[in-house]
Parts: sequence; structure tokens; C-alpha cells
Amino acid sequence: MILGIDVGGTHTDAVLVRNFQLIRKAKVLTNPANIMASLLEAAQKLISDENINNIDRIVLSTTISTNAIVQNKINRVAMVLLSGPGLSPETLDLGKDVYFARGYVNHRGIPVKNVNSRQINEISNEIAQNQIRDIGIVGKFSSRNPQQEMDAAELLQDDSRHISLGHTLSGQLNFPRRIATTYLNAAIHDIYQGFVQDVQKFIEKIGANIPVYILKADGGTILINKSMECPVQTIHSGPAAGIMGVLATARMKEDAVALDIGGTTTDISVFADGVPLLEPSGVAIDGRKTLIRGLYTKSIGVGGDSVVKVENGGLVIGPQREGSAAALGGPFPTPTDAMIAEGIVDFGDRQKARDAIAPLAKMLRVDVQDAAQAIVKKMAAMISDHVRQILAEINNKPVYTIHELLEGKIIEPKMLYVAGGPAAVAPFIAQNLGYPYSIPDHSEVSNALGVALARTTAEVTILADTEKRELIISEEGRVQSIPRSFVLADAVEVGKTTLREKAAGMGARPEDIIMEVTESQEFNMVRDFYTTGKNIRVKVQIKPGLISTGAERVNHA
Amino acid sequence: MPKKLKKTGLIFFPAFDWAISPNHPEREERLLYTQDQVFEEGLLDFPNIVEYKPDLATYADINRCHICVPNPQYLTTNSHLISAGGAITAAKKVLSGEVDNAFALVRPPGHHSMLVAHGARGFCNINIEAVMIEYIRHQFGVKRIAVVDTDCHHGDGTQDIYWNDPDVLCISIHQDGRTLYPGTGFTDDFGGPNALGATINIPLPPRTSDEGFLFVLDNVILPMLEEFKPEIIINSAGQDNHYSDPITNMSFSAQGYALLNEKLAPDIAVLEGGYSIEKALPYVNVGIILAMAGLDFSQVREPDYDALRIRQSPEITRLIEEEAKNVMTLWKKKKNLKKQVTGSAAYIRREKNIYYDTDNIMEKQTETVRVCDKCGGVVMIDSAADTGKRIYAVILPNSCCPECRESGENFFNRMNSSQYNHVYFQDRQKNVFIVK
Repeated sequence: MILGIDVGGTHTDAVLVRNFQLIRKAKVLTNPANIMASLLEAAQKLISDENINNIDRIVLSTTISTNAIVQNKINRVAMVLLSGPGLSPETLDLGKDVYFARGYVNHRGIPVKNVNSRQINEISNEIAQNQIRDIGIVGKFSSRNPQQEMDAAELLQDDSRHISLGHTLSGQLNFPRRIATTYLNAAIHDIYQGFVQDVQKFIEKIGANIPVYILKADGGTILINKSMECPVQTIHSGPAAGIMGVLATARMKEDAVALDIGGTTTDISVFADGVPLLEPSGVAIDGRKTLIRGLYTKSIGVGGDSVVKVENGGLVIGPQREGSAAALGGPFPTPTDAMIAEGIVDFGDRQKARDAIAPLAKMLRVDVQDAAQAIVKKMAAMISDHVRQILAEINNKPVYTIHELLEGKIIEPKMLYVAGGPAAVAPFIAQNLGYPYSIPDHSEVSNALGVALARTTAEVTILADTEKRELIISEEGRVQSIPRSFVLADAVEVGKTTLREKAAGMGARPEDIIMEVTESQEFNMVRDFYTTGKNIRVKVQIKPGLISTGAERVNHA
Repeated sequence: MPKKLKKTGLIFFPAFDWAISPNHPEREERLLYTQDQVFEEGLLDFPNIVEYKPDLATYADINRCHICVPNPQYLTTNSHLISAGGAITAAKKVLSGEVDNAFALVRPPGHHSMLVAHGARGFCNINIEAVMIEYIRHQFGVKRIAVVDTDCHHGDGTQDIYWNDPDVLCISIHQDGRTLYPGTGFTDDFGGPNALGATINIPLPPRTSDEGFLFVLDNVILPMLEEFKPEIIINSAGQDNHYSDPITNMSFSAQGYALLNEKLAPDIAVLEGGYSIEKALPYVNVGIILAMAGLDFSQVREPDYDALRIRQSPEITRLIEEEAKNVMTLWKKKKNLKKQVTGSAAYIRREKNIYYDTDNIMEKQTETVRVCDKCGGVVMIDSAADTGKRIYAVILPNSCCPECRESGENFFNRMNSSQYNHVYFQDRQKNVFIVK
């Protein structure tokens, strides 16, 4: 049995799942000041002395990292940057505790200037004087050669400090994003560690020896004790739960769009052949662009409780929310009121809904019924326009080979999955988009189901340079020598072996390690008209999805 | 010093699956390290730098500026349609106002492709700037255009296509033709009889460094642009003047390229050559992108940059100053040269031997242009290549006068096609292309 718990902004949901059947579910209010308490409350509703020994794993989503960042409850971090020449660091918003240090490597990972130990020691003293305990070290092109970051770390390390290294968090290129990622990782390390300890205490308290997993931004799980060094991977755990919930409740193998229509916003996500799309470079949080692998989702300011106004003779919906629908005692007319007035949904006070819409109808010079209909249609149109725009953006994403440009995958949704309170607007959106809609079962606890059934995901990035006779796996901080005869197939093999070990270490069951090569390129390196080696680039991932036998839809108990 | 930010479109298409041949300079690896550097610097995350996917150019786009023998289908692969399409995308984004300027960082290049194309020369099959220029004239009605070719090799293809066009100012700065392919581009190449001064060549001595390039820019190119008043400035941005380029002998740096771009402020830049793929291109391209976007490029520097080592000699400085003076003297006389060049002739003829190094083809060509005071003049070309193909072409210029149109149409209609494989009619003004 699996216990899945999703800590949402309003509710904390828990589900018990056995053989992909929903056994029990529970819903409690989230206490934003004490997430642990909400977790415990939800868990205790489902766990009993009888079933505790049948629970194989507990999987949690957590808002702890996201909240810490958004609410600025983070530690002060000293950032040590080995930036070398290039883009002026003044162009970036780096904060005040930045220390520039000598040393950098070029695009091939070849050291150009070495780290200077005397300088690092001076920086170390300054950091000590400023009483900063969390440190991030980031080098330009460190994912092409992690050695300088490691050298600097060795000099800065002492027992009172925690150090985050840029290359360990992502194998991708992007120095400014690597800085942001490393900074956030260092900044939330403390608070996250506290959370992990609380969870471990809880497990001890219930007296069971159950492995606990955390849902990451990419919709994959990781053993909680393995997540301590990379807490930043757990940002956006909540939205990821939502998308995994669609997978868990919908039978999906096709291209699709999913909408989670809430009170204030509508979240749009996209699936290619039943697999949720990832952000191409990494997710953004609190205005910072990171290298964190995360599920693609776009939030727009239209929801069931958005304020509806008439401006310049036309309807305007959102983006602000000023309370619940008028039918439920709220101050302003909302799309929910329109649906209630239209009779599309049946709750709240229909007269109050009509009364709230009446002034709008007057301004539009139509009757209340027509105004209500216009509001619902307008909301549907706004959402469908965004969906179209997002698909156009995704399908027009730049590519770098002729093959991809001419033959690349184009996403053509076959189904629209809609969840959330105001899902009743779904038929109108589907009509605009021209494909059918579906409202999955169990949508009230679908996030928790997504959490419970998500598999472990991971990625490794291999760079092999046979001229240098060197292979680098950035995320693992590994540099090893290779023979001149090393070829693409060898790199793929190393990638798969490494990924399998990594995923197993993160808690994946062997049957859930389904690997996919997402990048495999081999370039002849020619210097002065002679081939001097090969530059080989490989990425292998376990893509987001459900644990192996969980691919089928969750059935009723 | 804070600069004015510009919205810059970037069309980046490295064609990682295409090469002329495995060890050729124009191979898959060419923009690999450029991509690495652009990605690592995070340039695509700047809100004022927007990346676009290239369009594919059509055969009709190519037929607006080339006479491809036998046809563009035969002469191009998808890679060429994409690189020309990338240039078109750049132009569209600029002319529609979506961005302030754009850089087509695409391959393969095009500036050695001439009006008549029997094959590939200097790694170029079709002239991607010319395809773009005719596209924007046709779609956006742009009239006056300047092309500043900063590739190390003479932009002989672009020069050839616009030789008789007074509305397209083609300025090429390059390493002296006596020391480098294609061996042309001397100052006395000054344009056809109806377009004198619309072709400008400024050959520079080997080992010219930043100082020399920027001197020519300030003292020749910018004053000419000031006077010509183009609606659009296009930079054929070859990167092989770099001190580390393996097939040239100049001493230009990434800083120099960025400064040149900042001062020139092209509306559209299109990548041409540049084969120091590891030591130059990553830094030059980052410098150019930052300069176009109005971002600080002062700290962009090659790892092995050494200002003293690449500094040009006083002798080179003297030569360049002298040449700049000569070119400007000629430029100032351009309006008075016509009588001298044409005399009383009604038609001017020039004979050309063109070698296609990439495809190893030899072409003999006779180009005849009608002397005309109202337009660029109708052009007739008789071209025979050692592939056995002989063709005849009539080309009406972009703003063709009625007399030239009438004589051009007559030439085409009367032309007996029996001795030619094909006879072409290219009407750049009305966008008509006929083959018989």
C-alpha cells in the first residue's frame, strides 16, 4: 500500500492506494504556519495500527521549499563565483553577498585560469566575519569541468558551513541560472533540513520503518534523505502533484492539454503522447530563472472567483480575486456566478448570482441571462486563447538540426482534461479548441493520487571529449578518462549505467527504471583539416510517469 | 556606461546534422561551441533577446535574385533553404517591428554565390543575403538598402548580384585579394555603369587589427552610409577576420567585432564565414549579440587574447589611412565618372571567368547592360560552364524604366533558345520569373 499526501495551499489531501485502487481518502485544511501539523493530521486519518505494517512507502508533496522562497524565509548566502570573462556580472541581479574569485574553464572544460587558494582563503575570512554559514560556489562552465568548484569548496569547507556546488544541481549550460539555482539551494537548505527531521520524527513516532519519498518539480520522487543535498529540486512540488494527478486519474497515451481551474488562476499543462512536458531550461520561481528540471505549467489569471467587470463596453475577467462568488456571499460578480445564474452548476444562491450580474447586464444592454452566458463564453475564450498560444509556442520552439526542423514532433492535442471547481466551463472551452474534454474521476483527491503513484525520475548529462580523453558527468561530479576509441554508443552505455545506479539510490524500484535517451550527438572535431577527436553529448533520463503497473487508471475501491 | 537596450531577434540554426563533407570547415561542429557559449552566458534569458525558428526559403524566393542552372531545386538542399529562410525570418521580424534588429546566426553561408549559379563556390550555393533583400523589397517595398560585408573574403557574390543596382550599396572590407580567396575586390571595382559608387571595396593588408577595421568604419563606411541614407543596413557578418582563424591572416578580435557592430548598428546581421570555431566564434558571436541588444560587452574576451601580440604595425596603419583617403576620393567623384566609363556606348559589356572552387566548375560569362540614366539598366547574360551547360538570361532591375523593360522583353521574346540549355527572364520589379 502507498500513502500519498499532497499539501496544497488550502487543503491537505491524503490517499491510501493498494494495487492502484483507491482504498481511503482524507481531506484536512492546510495550516500554512505549520505544514507538519497538516501532514500529520491527514496521515493519521488514514493510518491505523492495523494497516501501518502494510504501507510500503509514503510519498509527500511539499510546499515548504516554495513557501520559504516566496515568503523570503531563507538564509543569507555567500555566493562565490568563478566567472571569468564574458557577460558582465553587473548585468545580473546577484545580491550583496557575492565574492568574485579567480579561475575559470572554457566551453570545452579546459581550465584557462586556476583557482587561487590565497584569494579563496581571504574570501573565507570575509564570509566568516559576515557570519554567513551557507555558501554557494558556481563556476562558468562548471558543468563542463567541476574541478574548480570542488577545489574552492575544499578551501572553504568547515564544520559550521554548508556548501552548495553549482555542477551538482544540473548538467545544463546557463551560468546565470546555475547561480540562481545554487543560491536558492543554499538559501533553503536549513529550513528544508528542519522539515526532513520533522518527517523522520513522525515516522519514528508511528513506529514504522517506512521509506518516505518527496515529489520533485519534475513530477518524480526521491527518497527524503537523498533530497537533503538538493532541496531546491522540491520547489513546485505542488503544481507537479496536480499534473501527476491528471496522469493518475486519466487514461492517457495521447497528446493532451490539462486545465486545473481554480478560484484565482487556471493552470495549463501539456502532454506529449501521454507524458507531461518539462520546462525546456528549468522552472522559474519568484522571478528567478533556474536550471531545476520541472514540469511545464503556465498559470493565467482567470478562475472561478475572478472579478468580472465591464470596461469600455466590454467584459473584463480577472486577474484579481476579491473573495468567493456573490452567490456564496462574495462582494463581486464572478464566472462562478454566471455559471450558477445560467444553471450550469447548482449550488449557492442563484438569486444573489443574478443580482450581482444585473448591473453588468445593464451596462452591456442585454438581459441577465445573456450577460451570464457572455461571461461564461468570455472565460472559455480567454482560456482557449491561452491554450492555443501555449501550443504555438511549444510547437515553434527553436530546434538545431534539419531533421528536427522538418520532421520534429508537433503536439496536436486529442483531449482536454479539466479539473477544479469551475470545471463546468469545460464544454465551452472544448468547443473552442475543437477537441473533446474529459473530467477525470476522483478529481477532488487527484493530486494526492498523483503523488502516491509517481515514479522516481532522474537525468544524467554525459560529455565525452576524445581529444582530451575525458568524460564528465556533471551532476555526479565525475570526471574519468576514456580511450581515443570511445564512441557515441559507449557514452550512451555509461549514461544508462550511471542513471540506473543513481535512480536506485534515489529509491526507484528496478521495474520503474525506464530510461530514455533524450540527446545523443557526436561531432567530429577537426583542427587544421585533421580529425583530432570526437565531441560526444548524451543525456539519459527517466521521464516523469507513474510507477510501472500504475499506468492504468485508478479504479473505484 | 549604461546603453540603450534594443529588442534583438536571434535566429540560431547551427544545422548540427549537415556538412559539406566530414572534414570540411563547413561541418556539423562549426557552431557547436558558439551554442555552448551563448547558452552558458544565458543570453536567451534576456527579455530583450528573442529566439526564433527559421522559416524555409522557397524556390520562388531564390528565383528573385539568382539564375540557378538549371534550377534552384538542383542547386540547393534543405540546409540552404533553411539558412536563407533564417535570413528572411530575421528580416521579417525587423520590418514588422516585432524587434529592433536581428541576427541570423545560420549556416551554410552565401556571399560568394553570384547572380548566375552553376554550383557552389566558397562554400556557398545561394546568396542568403540577396534572397533576403529581394524578399524584403518584394514584401515590404523597401527601396534603398546597404550591405556591409565584414567577412575576411571579398563578398564577390553579393557584389555581382547588385553590380548594376544603384539602390543597393554593397561595401566589402576584406583581406587584400592578392593574398586570399577569391582574389578580387579591389578599389576600382566600383559598380556597373548605371550604379557607379554602389559597389565599394576596401581591401585591407594582412594582420590588420581592431584599430584598422574601426578606422575604416569611422572614416569610410559610416560617412558613405550617412550620404547614401539606406532604409535598411545589413551586415554580412563573417567572423574570419579573427586573429585565430585558420584560413585567413587578419588580427581582429571579439571586442573589435562587437565595437564594429555597435557603431555600424545594422538592422540585420547575417553570419557568413568564420572557421576558428573553438577560439573565435563563441566569443565573437556573444560579443555581436550583446552589442546588438545594447548590453555591456566590455568583458567579452577570448581566453588567449593578447592585445600587444595582435597589434597592427605602424606600416599597416599608414597603408590603411592612405587607402581610406583614396576610396573616399573616388566616392566623392562617383557622379562625374559615368561619362568617362560609358562614353557614347548604348550598352556596356564585361567578360568574366568564374571559378567554383567548392564544385570545381569553370564558367565563362558575358554580361551586357543597357546604359540608362533612369534605372539600373536591363542586363543580359550569356553564360557557359564546363559542365556543358550554356544559358542566357535577361534581368530587369528593381525599379525598371519603360525603355529598359521594353528592350528586355524584346530580347527575351526574340531569343532563339536552340543554342542554350535554358533562357531565363527575371523581372525583379514585377516579381516574374520565366524559363524557356
